[in-house]
Amino acid sequence: MTAPGGLRPRLVKRLLPSRRMRVAVRLIALLSAFAVAGIFLQATGRGAGPVYRAMWTGSFGSPYGQAQTILAAIPLIFTALAVAVAFRMLLWNIGAEGQFYLGAFGATAVAYAAPDWPRPILLGAMVLGGLIGGALWGLIPGALRAFFGTNEIVPTLLLNYVAILLVDYMVNGPWTDPATLGFPLGKPFSESAILPLVGNTAIHAGLYLALAAALVVSLVLSRTAWGYKIKVIGANTRAASYAGFSIPRNVVAVMLLSGALAGLGGMVEVSGVVHKIQANISPGFGYTGIIVATLARFSPLYIVPMAVLFGALVVSSVELQTLGLPSDIVLMLQGVILFFALAGELFVNYRLVWRAGAVSNRPSTPASASEPAPDLEPAG
Amino acid sequence: MSSELIVTIFVAGIAAGTTLVFAAVGEIIAERSGVLNLGVEGMMLAGAVTGFLVNRQLRAPWLGVAAGISAGAALALLLAVLVVSFKANQVVTGLALVIFAIGMTGYLGESVVGVPPPVTFERIAIPGLADIPVAGRIFFAQDALVYLSYILVPATWWILFRTRTGLNLRSVGESPESADAAGLSVTGTRYAAVVIGGAFAGLAGAYLSLARAPSWVPNMTAGRGWIAIALVIFATWSPLRAALGGYLFGSVEALGFRLQTVGLEVSTFFIAMMPYLFTIVVLVLISRGSVQRRLAAPSALGNAYLREER
Repeated sequence: MTAPGGLRPRLVKRLLPSRRMRVAVRLIALLSAFAVAGIFLQATGRGAGPVYRAMWTGSFGSPYGQAQTILAAIPLIFTALAVAVAFRMLLWNIGAEGQFYLGAFGATAVAYAAPDWPRPILLGAMVLGGLIGGALWGLIPGALRAFFGTNEIVPTLLLNYVAILLVDYMVNGPWTDPATLGFPLGKPFSESAILPLVGNTAIHAGLYLALAAALVVSLVLSRTAWGYKIKVIGANTRAASYAGFSIPRNVVAVMLLSGALAGLGGMVEVSGVVHKIQANISPGFGYTGIIVATLARFSPLYIVPMAVLFGALVVSSVELQTLGLPSDIVLMLQGVILFFALAGELFVNYRLVWRAGAVSNRPSTPASASEPAPDLEPAG
Repeated sequence: MSSELIVTIFVAGIAAGTTLVFAAVGEIIAERSGVLNLGVEGMMLAGAVTGFLVNRQLRAPWLGVAAGISAGAALALLLAVLVVSFKANQVVTGLALVIFAIGMTGYLGESVVGVPPPVTFERIAIPGLADIPVAGRIFFAQDALVYLSYILVPATWWILFRTRTGLNLRSVGESPESADAAGLSVTGTRYAAVVIGGAFAGLAGAYLSLARAPSWVPNMTAGRGWIAIALVIFATWSPLRAALGGYLFGSVEALGFRLQTVGLEVSTFFIAMMPYLFTIVVLVLISRGSVQRRLAAPSALGNAYLREER
């Protein structure tokens, strides 16, 4: 690629990924993304200043925004955990969005069926409804993968569209609130179907559920035999199979757990924030959850702060919308942050060494084709 | 069902399928070089919005198509930089690209949502051919972009399987080490394949916003990019089978909407689910014969190539 004889760059794999580099890459990615999006805003004549000011006010920059940020971080913790659990086995669950909708669906079904139950019992039943709804939606691609060998990527994604249409159908038909004159909104939940608030804040108790889920998932993945088992299956399916682990059973179990986590996110969203079912209950929590999980290197505990950061981004788009500023810039930003972080990962795992002379042409040996990409090994 | 109804379903099925055919053929080119491009959906959106905007400004649908192709190729170049040069994970990169593109196209198309385009591609019956009973109406009374697909699909097949260029591209996807040792540029080939594949995706998007459903609506591709990725597996990485599959999938989409017009009492929401569910069912059915399919898949699909790690 460069002139022969001159200095050539060569990539040399680091024995240990550089931690310092990893932190630096994340920070640089964040700053560069804002710089690039800023240039884009200026070039298209909208001006970066007002947009970024509104985003700051709508998120970290005001008490209201801070509460909203935490509220948006809660569902993101759940969807990112869903992605992380599946990825522990190197399964790509890009269907957390649909599992989130089905969790909301399950919780809503309970809330409408028994509105008069005492609050603790009803909320408990709604949690169960959310878990089951999400788990069943995760089970579909999980079972297809386990028993037919169908790769999960496309089915998990396509089921998102199906889930959204299913909820659309319910809020336009069986669950529609006649009082809204045809808007796709469900009837308001009864008082006992609504999650209590944390202290005298605007944040609902789903926060505790989210933090508990992160802790439990972290412990299950790193401290239990099953957590170790699915990691082995992900790293080397054949070895795991020789070791006597049932691959299909564990694929199904992982996808059930993954779906249940996203479903619980849907439950706390309808019960804690929306207080009814409606179309578009998620501004892409399932997709943003993938970014959160990736940047947190699929570590349940790192997911929490990362979810807060992206929660701020998500709510800042609401502020932009109310001000009539282009809210789509926030989705662009999410993508660009990830682009930079992905590109930077190369420097976390490899050193760039400049050497004189031609690159040696050693005889070829089989490449490490079956290894996962170096940037995505789950954090230990 | 009357035979007349069946013909109208296939007429609409070809039109609906053409989007999928363009996108799937592009994806085949990329995957044959060893790169799994999961950003198709985003590249299609970029093609749709730029095609629509340029046509609106210049009142020239063909320039719109050219702009859509360029937009798809530009996003594909971004993907290539990340996955080929920076060796980033291909699944996450593709997803990031889709999220980015949903935001970008929403932003760019903000002012033209629901605005009718000044000019669109009209249906042109090809004299002579259109008079063939049944098949004439189905295949030869379509718009110019459908006819373009009749040329591009066999041409792509020819290049991939009957020329040295195609052989080189496929060898990079099968065994990048050997291709490299034989003096081929793995990086260059993959860049070219991904960018050309993105151009096809851009064309698929422009076809949607200029011919199939002339308008711009945010997220108007509605998962067709993902269906196209499934179609590639269905077609065992062959452009000709991708065309057949595309028309089949398109006909399923068309069937749903025809069912309503004959007064079948099914909610629109369930009819809208059909293409997604059909795709999943097809994926499951073809997973059963997965041995041949695994053999057909490019061996190095999804893996970055580092000469230093040979």
